[in-house]
Amino acid sequence: MNPFKHARNWSTRALPVKDPNFGHAVDTSHGPILYIEDVNVSFDGFKALNNLNLFIDDGELRCIIGPNGAGKTTMMDVITGKTKPDSGSIFFGQQINLQHLSEHQISRGGIGRKFQKPTVFEALSVYENLELATADDKRVWHILSHQLTGAQRDKIDEVLYTIGLSTQVHNSAGNLSHGQKQWLEIGMLLMQSPRVLLVDEPVAGMTGEETERTAELLTSLAGKHSVIVVEHDMAFVRSIAKKVTVLHQGSVLAEGTMDQVQSNPKVIEVYLGE
Amino acid sequence: MLTQRLLTSDKGGMWVLGILALTCILVPILNLAVPENSPLHVSTFTVTLLGKFLCYALLALALDLIWGYAGILSLGHGAFFALGGYAMGMYLMRQIGDRGKYGDPLLPDFMVFLNWDSLPWYWLGFDMFWFAMLMVIMVPAILAWVFGWLAFRSRVTGVYFAIITQALTYALMLAFFRNEMGFGGNNGLTDFKDILGFSITADSTRIGLFLASGIMLIIAYLACRYIVTSRMGRVIVSIRDAETRTRFCGYQVESYKLWLFVFSAVLAGIAGALYVPQVGIINPGEFSPLNSIELVVWVATGGRGTLYGAIVGAFSVNYGKTIFTSFYPEAWLFPLGLLFVLVTLVLPKGLVGLFSRFKRHDKRSDDAKQEDAP
Amino acid sequence: MIVTNAMFNLQNSVRGCLRITLLLAITLGSLTSHAQSASEEPATFNDLVDQLAEGSLSRRGKTVTTIAELNHERSIVVLNALQAGTLKVTRNDPKQVVIEQADDSLVNAQSGAVISDDLGRLKRIPIHNKLRSQLHTVLAQLNLASPDKTARLSAVNRLITDGGDANTATLLQALVADEAEADVRDAMQTAIAMYDIQSDDAEVRLAAVKALRGSLIPEVRGPLLSLADNDPNQNVKLEAQSALESIEGRLKVFRFTENVFFGLSLGSVFLLSAIGLAITFGVMGVINMAHGELMMIGAYTTWVIQQALPNHIGASLFIAIPTAFIVAGLVGIAIERGVIRFLYGRPLETLLATFGISLILQQAARSIFSPLNRAVSLPEWMSGSLEINPALSITFNRLYILIFGLMVFFALLLILKKTSLGLKVRAVSQNRPMARAVGVRASWVDALTFGLGSGIAGIAGVALSQLTNVGPNLGQAYIIDSFMVVVFGGVGNLWGTLVGAMGIGLLNKFMEPYAGAVLAKVLILVLLILFIQKKPKGLFPQKGRAAAD
Repeated sequence: MNPFKHARNWSTRALPVKDPNFGHAVDTSHGPILYIEDVNVSFDGFKALNNLNLFIDDGELRCIIGPNGAGKTTMMDVITGKTKPDSGSIFFGQQINLQHLSEHQISRGGIGRKFQKPTVFEALSVYENLELATADDKRVWHILSHQLTGAQRDKIDEVLYTIGLSTQVHNSAGNLSHGQKQWLEIGMLLMQSPRVLLVDEPVAGMTGEETERTAELLTSLAGKHSVIVVEHDMAFVRSIAKKVTVLHQGSVLAEGTMDQVQSNPKVIEVYLGE
Repeated sequence: MLTQRLLTSDKGGMWVLGILALTCILVPILNLAVPENSPLHVSTFTVTLLGKFLCYALLALALDLIWGYAGILSLGHGAFFALGGYAMGMYLMRQIGDRGKYGDPLLPDFMVFLNWDSLPWYWLGFDMFWFAMLMVIMVPAILAWVFGWLAFRSRVTGVYFAIITQALTYALMLAFFRNEMGFGGNNGLTDFKDILGFSITADSTRIGLFLASGIMLIIAYLACRYIVTSRMGRVIVSIRDAETRTRFCGYQVESYKLWLFVFSAVLAGIAGALYVPQVGIINPGEFSPLNSIELVVWVATGGRGTLYGAIVGAFSVNYGKTIFTSFYPEAWLFPLGLLFVLVTLVLPKGLVGLFSRFKRHDKRSDDAKQEDAP
Repeated sequence: MIVTNAMFNLQNSVRGCLRITLLLAITLGSLTSHAQSASEEPATFNDLVDQLAEGSLSRRGKTVTTIAELNHERSIVVLNALQAGTLKVTRNDPKQVVIEQADDSLVNAQSGAVISDDLGRLKRIPIHNKLRSQLHTVLAQLNLASPDKTARLSAVNRLITDGGDANTATLLQALVADEAEADVRDAMQTAIAMYDIQSDDAEVRLAAVKALRGSLIPEVRGPLLSLADNDPNQNVKLEAQSALESIEGRLKVFRFTENVFFGLSLGSVFLLSAIGLAITFGVMGVINMAHGELMMIGAYTTWVIQQALPNHIGASLFIAIPTAFIVAGLVGIAIERGVIRFLYGRPLETLLATFGISLILQQAARSIFSPLNRAVSLPEWMSGSLEINPALSITFNRLYILIFGLMVFFALLLILKKTSLGLKVRAVSQNRPMARAVGVRASWVDALTFGLGSGIAGIAGVALSQLTNVGPNLGQAYIIDSFMVVVFGGVGNLWGTLVGAMGIGLLNKFMEPYAGAVLAKVLILVLLILFIQKKPKGLFPQKGRAAAD
């Protein structure tokens, strides 16, 4: 049931979380980069997560599917520090306990998130959006007194190219199309140089062509980054996923390749009803 | 390069700064050098009035920085203004020395009146100008820091923040009304004699205070421009528009808000300190929630999120108030209330928004003419 | 049942007779010095009263005694008037003895009939100090024997306050055994003990101290204090100290109870002013800074109605409640339709616009009704207080407003829980687009909800008018507290508002004795800010996914 439980070494030495970018210090020597163990979250008696156990390997692309209310978004909230679990533990690598960190620390540490609804900063230009997301010392004084370095600007250009928005640099983000906003948000994730990307419904509202390009983008990211994709669009999931996890009522129902999962009788029951 | 960053794409700001600078040069000349019977003479009364408006503009600037850019609406900014004013007032009080009605060399009149026999500890040091000025900055800063830290840490935002700031200034008002607080109670601090050895009523002192206010406003404007054009400015705007998202970009939203709030409070405190010697009194009424909300309407009328709009708003609303109250001294609340409703419903971008809309309109019709022309 | 009642009445009347006989015996005994030359032939009451007006002061003393002995039904009235100096005699013949009443009208001393004729100049019947103290004793004794319970009680209480002499003490001793009313009996025992406590006999003093243990009457503490400090007898001294302690203990309990009541009463005012806000703020997400002015409108409505019906103060109050609801509600709907509906989803702008409206309404009140405060008079049943014991009394207006506040609260709860409007309101507040999709006219619901919240503000204004003066700043005084209550209780939860209101009310009253009213307010604000640290969403937060953003 829980093959990695014994593998993690419970060292409590001081963690380098004061370092604005401690992502490089994440210890993935045993394989997984994220350990979610026995996590419970409840709202007013409703169990959003129920003894959830999930392990994500370094560099893996994992798709999470599940019916509405299965706990997918809550899982992301728990990882990114937006919601604190009632019990259980979430470790980033072997040593960093995410429960003790706040959202901005988790983000600085290398876990980036794209929200279900695209949220870019509409009043700012595309360039400024990426600038905001740039990995840097993000404390007040530094941000107030420092301009971007040349390397950081190069990185922005690179990301602009990757997400195909090079021509829109000075356009205000509010004027982008829905799909472009989604990409800009993924671009902002990339600017953070994260170890883990959490991507919530990346292709919702996209045209077929846009969906295809997104699939390409996400698969190209895997390897360098660990990518967790939550998506309802099964065709999309099939096109990118090697490993799929099915959530149901706050815990893992099944895990495996798309074909394995789709032939799993429990999954069929959940999706199709009795 | 810095000046370029501060002033490019800020045409309105350049206009406002230009007019300010011109006023700061002309008014002293017209007051001191032009004979009184000349029609060009600017009376000392007008100088003081303009000086007051400059302080209001500085206060409005401070509010616009946090409200217009970071979306933090403080309904208690008058409190920082008043605290700065009290710090200055305490210095001016100590300067009176034994020229008070009771002639006590150490104690201000109201303390003699209350039969106090020694100066409370928090009045010590205020006989020194530098210390008083330090307090003008530190007292609002510390209050803003503590209050902001508590509020932002628990993610009190939006209307909640607005209401607890209003409660803050209300509570301070109640506290300062008490005689036991040692700040003169109901009457506040008044009957000032001189500042830095200059008589406070002398024309030259008035001009000096006016100039200090004008220069301070220009410096503060440039400082605010520096902040909003820096990367921090972008972070602040993103906090305003999507706070959670900013947090997930790795920014500690609380500390950004806190620093900005403290800076804004300090500006407000300085404005209060410049205001008090010009009007000659500071009393707990300055803490009243109505003052703070009037301040909000200056910024809203001028146009928030532009910085120079706040200055325009402070001048136009207060000028309007001066005119209106000279005709109907009692009924100022009618136009003030109406202004609130109109600005929020019809003029969300304020006067400067209206101005730029006209300009765009003109340009568009110009373009149209040119297209018709060939 | 009837039989026992009759028996009881019989017993009572027997007691009454007994009491009067006793009284006469004692009075006769005690007043022999004055009564020794009492006239042989029985004088009528009317003659005796006429005699009061003439003759020397010493003779007047004798007459007083005789009038008392007669125990005529108007004896007390006449003697009271004599003591108060309102017993007068006409200068013209035939001489007539009259009582000048508080409103300057005259009544015949003997019959009590109102005199409408002009009697010319009147002369006060003079008394001197000796006669005055005699009257004091005689009246006390007369009242003590009165069949009217309240008269007896107040006579005893007056004895406790002013002190009595040996005669009254003896009289009380005799009466106490037969006193049917427990509270009068207790008071009598206190009065006796108050006399005995001055005794030279240590045993008597000790017994008296024991009897006074636990008494809440303020006058008791003085003699006990002096005994506790310097009684020669060690036992008495110790006993007095312990009696004082027990009194202090009880007083503390009642002071606590009184504080709880004051706190709840203040809380009920907060509740009334905050529940309207809780609806507009909590349910609709609209900050209505003009809420205080809607309360002011309610209060002015009360005042206007009272001006229109000056002779029916009680009735005008009952008319005012629905009228204030409607007037404030209509103003609220006008505000919603005219301004707020353009600003949904922009809470800060709503706050500013409604603040503007509040300024306009304030100024309007100032222009229409003058900036001066107007006093609304209380109906009779609202004034006065319910005295539970000497240390604890509860004013009726506060009590009724507490009850009224709770009634309004539960009525509102019912409206939201049980009516279709309530269902729609909740639907719109939870998911506006969805509610609209299932056919709820959101704009109509908004207007009605806002009207409801405003109407309740109007009702709160009616209640407030019974506590304070009505003025243009009425609303301002409560608005900040009301917001604090809503924030403290948690937005969108009426129960939270109830607990928040009562909590802040109690906190206020319990801190006042230590910190003073102003500092208490400041402290509460500080506490509230600290509280938000622990519970940013108030006492009763809305949970779940919907509340997360």
